[in-house]
Amino acid sequence: MKEQQETANRPDNTAFTQQRLPAWQPMLSAGIVIPGFVIIGLAFIGIGIALFVTSQNIQVLERDYTGVENNSPCFKCSDPSTKNCVCKLDFSLDKLFEGPVFFYYGLSNYFQNYRKYGVSRDDRQLSGRLDNFQSPDEGCVPYQYDANNKPIVPCGSVANSLFNDTFKLYQIVNGARKLVPFDGKGIAWWTDHNVKYRNPSITPLKNAFNGTVKPTFWSKPAYELDPSDPANNGFVNQDFLVWMRRAALPDFRKLYRRITEGDYKNGLPAGNYSLEIAYNYPVLDFDGRKKVVFSNVSWMGGKNQFLGIAYLVIGSLCVVMSIVMLIVYAKFKFPDEE
Amino acid sequence: MLRRRLNRLLGGDERRVDSRTIYVGHRPCPATEAFIPPKFCDNRIVSSKYTVWNFLPKNLFEQFRRIANFYFLIIFLVQVIVDTPTSPVTSGLPLFFVITVTAIKQGYEDWLRHKADNEVNKYLVTVLENGQKIRTESEKIKVGDVVEVKEDETFPCDLILLQSSRDDDTCFVTTASLDGESNHKTHYTVPDTEKDLESLNATIECEQPQPDLYKFVGRMHIYKKDQEPAVRSLGPENLLLKGATLKNTQKICGVAVYTGMETKMALNYQGKSQKRSAVEKSINAFLLVYLCILVSKALVCTTLKYVWQSEPGQDEPWYNQKTQREKDTNLYLKMFTDFLSFMVLFNFIIPVSMYVTVEMQKFLGSFFITWDKDFFDPEIQEGALVNTSDLNEELGQVEYVFTDKTGTLTQNNMEFIECCIDGFQYKYRDAGSELDGFCVTDGPVSKLQQKAGREKEELFLRALCLCHTVQVKESPGPGQGQADGLMDQVDGLGLGGEVLRPEEQRGFIASSPDEVALVKGAMRYGFTFLGLESKNMKILNRNNDVEMYELLHVLNFDPVRRRMSVIVRSKSGDTLLFCKGADSSIFPRVRPEEVDRIRMHVERNATEGYRTLCVAYKQLSAEEYAQADAGLREARLALQDREEKLMAVYNQVETGMSLIGATAVEDRLQEEAAETMEALQGAGMKVWVLTGDKMETAKSTCYACRLFQRNTELLELTVRTLEDGGRKREERLHELLLDYHKKAVQDAPPVKAGVTRSWSTANQDYGFIIDGATLSMVLNSSHDSNSSRYKSLFLQICQNCTAVLCCRMAPLQKAQIVKMVKNSKGGPITLSIGDGANDVSMILEAHVGIGIKGKEGRQAVRNSDYAIPKLKHLKKLLLAHGHLYYVRIAHLVQYFFYKNLCFILPQFLYQFFCGYSQQPLYDAAYLTMYNICFTSMPILAYSLLEQHICIEVLLDNATLYREIAKNAMLRWRPFFYWTVLGVFHGLLFFFGVRYLFSNPALQDNGQVFGNWSYGTIVFTVLVFTVTLKLALDTRHWTWINHFVIWGSLAFYVFFSFFWGGIIWPFLRQQRLYFVFANMLSSVSAWLVIILLILLSLLPDILLVVFRKPRGPNARQLSEDSLLQTSDRSCHTTVLQAPEGARVKGSKE
Repeated sequence: MKEQQETANRPDNTAFTQQRLPAWQPMLSAGIVIPGFVIIGLAFIGIGIALFVTSQNIQVLERDYTGVENNSPCFKCSDPSTKNCVCKLDFSLDKLFEGPVFFYYGLSNYFQNYRKYGVSRDDRQLSGRLDNFQSPDEGCVPYQYDANNKPIVPCGSVANSLFNDTFKLYQIVNGARKLVPFDGKGIAWWTDHNVKYRNPSITPLKNAFNGTVKPTFWSKPAYELDPSDPANNGFVNQDFLVWMRRAALPDFRKLYRRITEGDYKNGLPAGNYSLEIAYNYPVLDFDGRKKVVFSNVSWMGGKNQFLGIAYLVIGSLCVVMSIVMLIVYAKFKFPDEE
Repeated sequence: MLRRRLNRLLGGDERRVDSRTIYVGHRPCPATEAFIPPKFCDNRIVSSKYTVWNFLPKNLFEQFRRIANFYFLIIFLVQVIVDTPTSPVTSGLPLFFVITVTAIKQGYEDWLRHKADNEVNKYLVTVLENGQKIRTESEKIKVGDVVEVKEDETFPCDLILLQSSRDDDTCFVTTASLDGESNHKTHYTVPDTEKDLESLNATIECEQPQPDLYKFVGRMHIYKKDQEPAVRSLGPENLLLKGATLKNTQKICGVAVYTGMETKMALNYQGKSQKRSAVEKSINAFLLVYLCILVSKALVCTTLKYVWQSEPGQDEPWYNQKTQREKDTNLYLKMFTDFLSFMVLFNFIIPVSMYVTVEMQKFLGSFFITWDKDFFDPEIQEGALVNTSDLNEELGQVEYVFTDKTGTLTQNNMEFIECCIDGFQYKYRDAGSELDGFCVTDGPVSKLQQKAGREKEELFLRALCLCHTVQVKESPGPGQGQADGLMDQVDGLGLGGEVLRPEEQRGFIASSPDEVALVKGAMRYGFTFLGLESKNMKILNRNNDVEMYELLHVLNFDPVRRRMSVIVRSKSGDTLLFCKGADSSIFPRVRPEEVDRIRMHVERNATEGYRTLCVAYKQLSAEEYAQADAGLREARLALQDREEKLMAVYNQVETGMSLIGATAVEDRLQEEAAETMEALQGAGMKVWVLTGDKMETAKSTCYACRLFQRNTELLELTVRTLEDGGRKREERLHELLLDYHKKAVQDAPPVKAGVTRSWSTANQDYGFIIDGATLSMVLNSSHDSNSSRYKSLFLQICQNCTAVLCCRMAPLQKAQIVKMVKNSKGGPITLSIGDGANDVSMILEAHVGIGIKGKEGRQAVRNSDYAIPKLKHLKKLLLAHGHLYYVRIAHLVQYFFYKNLCFILPQFLYQFFCGYSQQPLYDAAYLTMYNICFTSMPILAYSLLEQHICIEVLLDNATLYREIAKNAMLRWRPFFYWTVLGVFHGLLFFFGVRYLFSNPALQDNGQVFGNWSYGTIVFTVLVFTVTLKLALDTRHWTWINHFVIWGSLAFYVFFSFFWGGIIWPFLRQQRLYFVFANMLSSVSAWLVIILLILLSLLPDILLVVFRKPRGPNARQLSEDSLLQTSDRSCHTTVLQAPEGARVKGSKE
């Protein structure tokens, strides 16, 4: 009886209950930290140099074509009253622009990350659900139904404001214009194109849109976005997908085309070029800017000096710190040990 | 709660009448005009709070009364009503989780209570009704029912004992389940109640229910035909309490006086006052700061939003047109809803989960105290007990320790050492001659050279045998013939043949161990107390004759009077009063010429550390007795002010006695008492001894415990020193106070924080002694102007002394002192430790109350916050557990604020880049899960397992305790450090990624990242950084820490893949679809994540390293001290200098 009681009352003598679990008790001592800092610092400097050099080697050509200034080639198009305006942007390359060349368009002071703008879309509709064709999601207001109370497909502000300037690049070869072929495939995320956005499985696609209207800003319905390629229509149109992925900051660029084909496989040779712009997208009323960017891409993505510099700075900082620490220890610690 | 309040309201008119009248057996009484059955509550015990029907509303109501829950509810409602950036789920889910878990826990506890209630309420009891025994359920008992209870049954309600199966009209009861005292207590039937309960016609008048277990006053009117109604007084000895168990008695009958929720047991289960810890106050202060940050963030954003929108083109660009509703809304209403939206967006800065984690930490953490096997005492087979887990961290903050002496510093294991009869010393020879002592049958006194007259000697020993309330424990053997058996044994001993010691044979039970020691002492000298039989006390005298004394009255002991008496009538018809008590209370009541001879002995004994009692007697003449008897009976019958009236009679009776002798009883020090006290003082705590004992005894105990040392200068402020000058006490008090103040306060060199004697060897140490009488003079000085001045002088002196001894304290005075220190400048954290009922008031008053599971019952334990078996356990409780808990919870709190600040700051900064549109930076799932899943477990594990310094080192170096004194880790400076760190991290996370996103083409295929990628990168850096920051702070990596820290990170990665890997049909927007996977496919994202994590942690790593050269670190220090244990005292003074310098250094 007594023994039973004892076992019942006596606390368990386990390492856990007695707070005696075997434990690793790391101490950040100078012996670890100083070499650690040196190694990290050197590694960072290495990475930083690699990043910096890579970034330096990336060629970028940026041109604003908003047409604010009088001498700008697109000045005439910047007046919102002109319709179907086309302007030409000429530029010349004095050396080979290495390929593959990526062609971006950029917008400034454009708030794609505005909250109400961002929620104004219907992902169910965009995944091809026909129910949502007839009754788009509540969130799409004010682009849910048009004035005649017909459902808008694709609904919502994001889809409605699809960027609709189009570009054609010509190389001037001996005074003649030679079209540089653009590759519009694979500019959107693979998962967006193949999983997240789906057209309804109705052929022809046009029938699925019966009883719906196109977004008010659009000039043609979704199923006719790309007349050249029937598979690139509806919600899986690459330009549409790129646009639907909202930019993080108000000053952004989006991939428009890649130059990978024909004579331009290895890049744009030195010479004169002319970019023909169908100027449709109004940005001046909110003080926005439009630009085009030609860039090639490395393993780290587009040109970005920040990372390389940051790595170099932090790396050197670590090395300096380790030297300072060494001095401090030499001064304070060693007399102690005697 | 509600029910109680309602009861109180309804019971209002009943309460105005100070007594209730009970009709025994519901029989109308001839004297009363009309029989109105009074309404009392039924005997249902309802300890449960809820019923099935009211559980949901009531529980929700109670939960939302907590300010934090209410705040989250408001946030949730705002989210539901107003169009806010995050869905209501993000704050609703955590809130729902918290509320549900709490509700389930409370529901389960309530279900257990229901079950327990039902067990009690449905228990079958026997009620006598019209002469028949009826079995009925306990809950159906009404006030006035006569209930029969059998042996080993518990009483179903509070009963007045009417009839017992024992011949002597008594019954025995244990109240183990009520107050933990397992001894048998005797209760008496109401005198003169008829044997035949059928015909008993009586009413009982008694006070309204009150929770004090040991108080009851009432009277019984017994009506007999053609007779004046007889009146009998009722006291606690007639009352059988619900919950107590009947022992040693076949059956009893009693009438129910209090039932159900009005029983003393039920009244005692009402909640104690809540003690709040200092940490909680800090949390609240920090919360306020964060609330201000939150509101100002929301205000800034709202203002900027409208400033920004006032620029042309920004308010409503063509691509982002407003809905009709937005256009229609009033501008100011819009501003207000925008403000609310920002509040909602940033509300995560004050996390729900912090409360949950803090509660969990406290609850789970307290188990380590209960589990600690070092607290297990094999003697009582019990370990430590935690009554509240809210105060764990307070154990690490104690500045003042108030300790009781008897039973706490000393063992309360009394041993009779010597006595003094008529001025002659009778020392009991120990040193291996114990058997000798017993062998001498004709009296051990013969061993001494001088002795008092035999008559005096025997009178003294009789007095010892009679003047007590000791019971003889009945062995489980057959009741009859036991006394004979005992006598035989004693006979045998008397003849000197037996080796068995009578103490082992005979169990005495008494409320105070002194009495047992005295009775045992008398036994050694040949007088054995055999027991009480139907009001007759039997004594076996030296000649082996049984003497019988009729016990007429017991004038109980109480701490104010400090003495007790019995009035007995001997066979020869003499009425004798025997009185024993403290010298101070006996000496004024005896003839002065007798005092001097004995005073010398008493004082000598006291300085040796013994507890002394003086014994006096008085022969009462018939008239005197008649007067005393009448007075006592009258006072006992009084319904009001019974105590005062009794006291007056007692004082009147106990006069003009003659002193016969004094006794000395040794109370040995607790194990390791001195070491414990030394450790506490080394830890910077000031130890005050508050005792009811005499100054000399207490002083010697203090010396023995090393609270006072040889070079300590004692400042005495007692009645004796006050009377020295022969002047008025007040003047002398004034003078002494000023003098001591000058000595201890003004002349003392300016003290630095936390100085005590261990490293201020050059300074003179002071010890302060004050007694109860002087204390009341100081505290309640007649001149109001002086009172507060004296008080502050007194306090200042005491605070500059290393140890303070307050002797001759009444329980309330103990509490008064604790309160005074508690409310003094700086609000020091106080701890009271005690074992007896007289310590309860100070245990309740102090910030932390510790009960010792001692010999004086369980009252202290019941009222304490923590209970430990021995004093020596206090050292580990404070120095190890307290220290660790404090560090853990302080870190927990700071870390929580930090991690939520750097969580929300990027979201705030993002508003500047998204047109103040309340666009959340992180996905809703991340917002919700951040505090629940990704970052909660590592900190919980840390706060349960961290040992920044291992336990042995903490115990060896008491000075380490000082490093965390005065809430060091939760003051504004560390808070500021953590806040700055949080801001730094938040800025780094946001702008680091912002500059990366100056070119959003981050993949080698030229594709661009969007806003959710941005948020996910920031969030990934955030989760990794805050977790690794904690990892950096962790000094004690058990496998649990490893598991939880790396597990959390792995879980985050896994969850992100999972959450982004599936199209979730219930989501309206598939925002994160493959965002995380895409992020990981970008080398730049990887590099920026690594860069930012490292950069964030860099300052912390540097801080750890640069802090070190300032002094030897704790671990090294302890290794040194372990090496040099030989000369410890010397060593500590050497060691502490650099240590102290380091403490100072880190503060500067």
